[in-house]
Amino acid sequence: MNARTDEKERKKIKAVKKMKEIMTFYYIDAKTASETGKKVAWITSGGPVEPLIAMDVIPVYPENHGAMIGAAKMGVELCEKAEAMGYSGDLCSYARSDIACATVNGGPIGGLPRPDMLVCCNNICGTVLKWYEIQARYFNCPLFILDTPFCHTSFSAEAKRYVRRQIDEYITFLEDVCKKPFDRDRMAEVGRLSIEGQRLWQAVLDTTINRPAPMTAFDAFFHLALIVTLRGTQQAVDYYRLLLDEMNERVREGVGAVDEEKYRLLWDNLPIWYRTKWLSDKFAAHGACLVADTYTSAWCSSLKYMNEDDFLESMAEGYTRIYLNIGVDEMARTVIAMIDKYGADGLVMHSNRSCKPYSLGQYDIRSIVERERGVPTLIIEADMCDERNFAEAQIEGRIDAFMEMMAAKGSA
Amino acid sequence: MKFDRLKEIVEDPWGTLGEMKERGKKVVGYACSYVPEELIIAAGAHPARLTGTREGIRLADGHLQSYCCSLVRGILEDGLSGRGAVLDGVVFPHTCDSIQRLSDIWRLNVKGGFHLDLVLPVKLDTDSARDYLVDVLKRFLSDLERALGVEVSEADLRASCLLTNEIRRLLHELYMIRWRRPELLAGADLHLLNRAVGIADRNLIVETLREAVADLGADGARETTKGNKNILLAGGMCSTPDIFNLVAEAGGRVVWDDFCNGGRMFLEPLRLDGDPIAAVADRFLSRVVCPCKHRGLTDRANHLKALATERGAGAVVFVHLKYCDPHAFDFPYLKAELEKTGIPSLLLEVEDPLPPGAQIRTRLEAFLEMLD
Ligand code: SF4
Ligand code: SF4
Ligand code: SF4
Repeated sequence: MNARTDEKERKKIKAVKKMKEIMTFYYIDAKTASETGKKVAWITSGGPVEPLIAMDVIPVYPENHGAMIGAAKMGVELCEKAEAMGYSGDLCSYARSDIACATVNGGPIGGLPRPDMLVCCNNICGTVLKWYEIQARYFNCPLFILDTPFCHTSFSAEAKRYVRRQIDEYITFLEDVCKKPFDRDRMAEVGRLSIEGQRLWQAVLDTTINRPAPMTAFDAFFHLALIVTLRGTQQAVDYYRLLLDEMNERVREGVGAVDEEKYRLLWDNLPIWYRTKWLSDKFAAHGACLVADTYTSAWCSSLKYMNEDDFLESMAEGYTRIYLNIGVDEMARTVIAMIDKYGADGLVMHSNRSCKPYSLGQYDIRSIVERERGVPTLIIEADMCDERNFAEAQIEGRIDAFMEMMAAKGSA
Repeated sequence: MKFDRLKEIVEDPWGTLGEMKERGKKVVGYACSYVPEELIIAAGAHPARLTGTREGIRLADGHLQSYCCSLVRGILEDGLSGRGAVLDGVVFPHTCDSIQRLSDIWRLNVKGGFHLDLVLPVKLDTDSARDYLVDVLKRFLSDLERALGVEVSEADLRASCLLTNEIRRLLHELYMIRWRRPELLAGADLHLLNRAVGIADRNLIVETLREAVADLGADGARETTKGNKNILLAGGMCSTPDIFNLVAEAGGRVVWDDFCNGGRMFLEPLRLDGDPIAAVADRFLSRVVCPCKHRGLTDRANHLKALATERGAGAVVFVHLKYCDPHAFDFPYLKAELEKTGIPSLLLEVEDPLPPGAQIRTRLEAFLEMLD
């Protein structure tokens, strides 16, 4: 082995193998649920999964599936299929992919297992409401909607009451569908595991405070899957502990994710799934490390509202005040706090045609960040799954120009 | 019918609102028909429906990407350009994702005037949602009172409910007249009227409507029968470009519309007994939903099918604004459901104002020919 491949080996995150294994078993479990008598719920990525785990229901995430479709570069084909079904090409490409996939059992894993119920939380967008209505009609199965009022500037007392009441309605819904009582002790345990998992995930993300950063946002996009899909399980806790140990060891040994890390950037919005490797290499070639992102950290951004001794009670607030369900100014404050925390020198915004709640407002966030921190911003116009909206040459040119500007700024 | 006065108003909405303001009236701008005008009127202010400027977008593009509907862009332009300075305040309700962000961007960039977010429930079919809705409306009223420095009595609320109900009753009557005798009221006039209802002094609206109904209402037997080229316009857009005329010119006959600033405006009058706030809430809960809201899985399809049958429409033309997600998501299902009852439909994805050129017209003509 020469030194180069040696170095490459050293940079490989070992936990990746474990993660792939867990996800494979998870999908096998989910896909064979009908044989094992378990129930399957489709749930939105920001949805309240813990009560499902407590009820032994297998949660399945169409958005995670959407990400897999995107990464497998199967998004365009499925999106086109949705368009042939009459769905506008301007709609969220996760929704388009999933709606089309359900009818043909296509995609990288041959479709998701048929749901026994759907759980939709609109804390991320209004898209999921429409999407889950469509699937509830298609699969003719019960739909629960957790309606989390938008927090433009505050979380009102009446909103809190409303969401809290819906948690009880949710439990009743689950008892009805599962035909068994809700086990509150089990719930308390799941709640504790959820919070522990989130804390560990945050700790993993925070290892990039170190210079060089032991991982990048592109790694985070990959390792995110468990905090989304298996939040509230011991498995997620164990996995993130393992990953954290590995990251800490890399920090001790000074192993950086990017050779000669010169610039530290913050990523905003969803990943561009079909080009993560390309983008990662592109930035790395400039010595730029994407040290953090607003996306993967959203799964632990509510920790401050959560109470592990009374999970159900604090859930109402935790699930309502997540990153996308807040005003643009609060989002900007979050971005600024991340810039400070991770020592970022620049901001890379993915202006994502698919996702209006995440993208509209980015121009204002850019201005606020530039004004408050003097940090420059690169905007990449694309889409997370629909490759037709990725103009490679143009994006490459913009990245190069941005990095040259950073270099000039650095030497000035 | 001539609506000269209304025409002036619609052509110069900001001038109209400016005049009102000069006369000492407070003006409150709002987006979307889920903002209860009753409460604004009861607080002594004039509710002005924001439908956005239609041309010359210069400033809004600095805040909104290309993939945002023209309504949101137009409203923001009005704010940024200073035209909206005449407003004493604005109200944004919780509806689509784009309006959520518009509210934030307006709040951060358009100074002067108060800013209220009316964070309505999205679910409209549960007890807890109803309680929350009532809570939110009560808070909205007290926010308005504070912002406008007034105290609203129950009598004020009753009076404004009566006024808006009267507008609803008259509009409904006018729609019925036109349905029976479409030739009595040109589509362009109806469109003008629908636009004016959100801008003009509501008493002037009542007056104009009364005159129109008296003038045209020489009634006669119902003449409209189910006809292949009887068109129901749907899509319920937040603001509607003049599609009525285009359909007529292409040889169709618009018998009804399900637009938010059209036929949906007078759906469900307010109950006048009991608590007015509860009545406003109940109207929102019982009116057929906008696609941004949830009330069961079949609510809109059932409504549209019934409406088409009731109004003898032979076909439905959906009009959507480009980049409008909520309406676009519902379309394939609605189309399929209509087809099941033998009603064909066409989707026009437009911007407001309608783009120049003959494309839309050609599509309409082709569709109408097919209906022969
Ligand atoms: S990508 Fe955006 S619009 Fe699509 S489901 Fe996620 S949050 Fe909603
Ligand atoms: S269509 Fe929906 S969002 Fe638009 S004005 Fe009507 S109720 Fe509001
Ligand atoms: S037209 Fe559609 S996207 Fe635009 S404001 Fe109305 S509901 Fe929202």
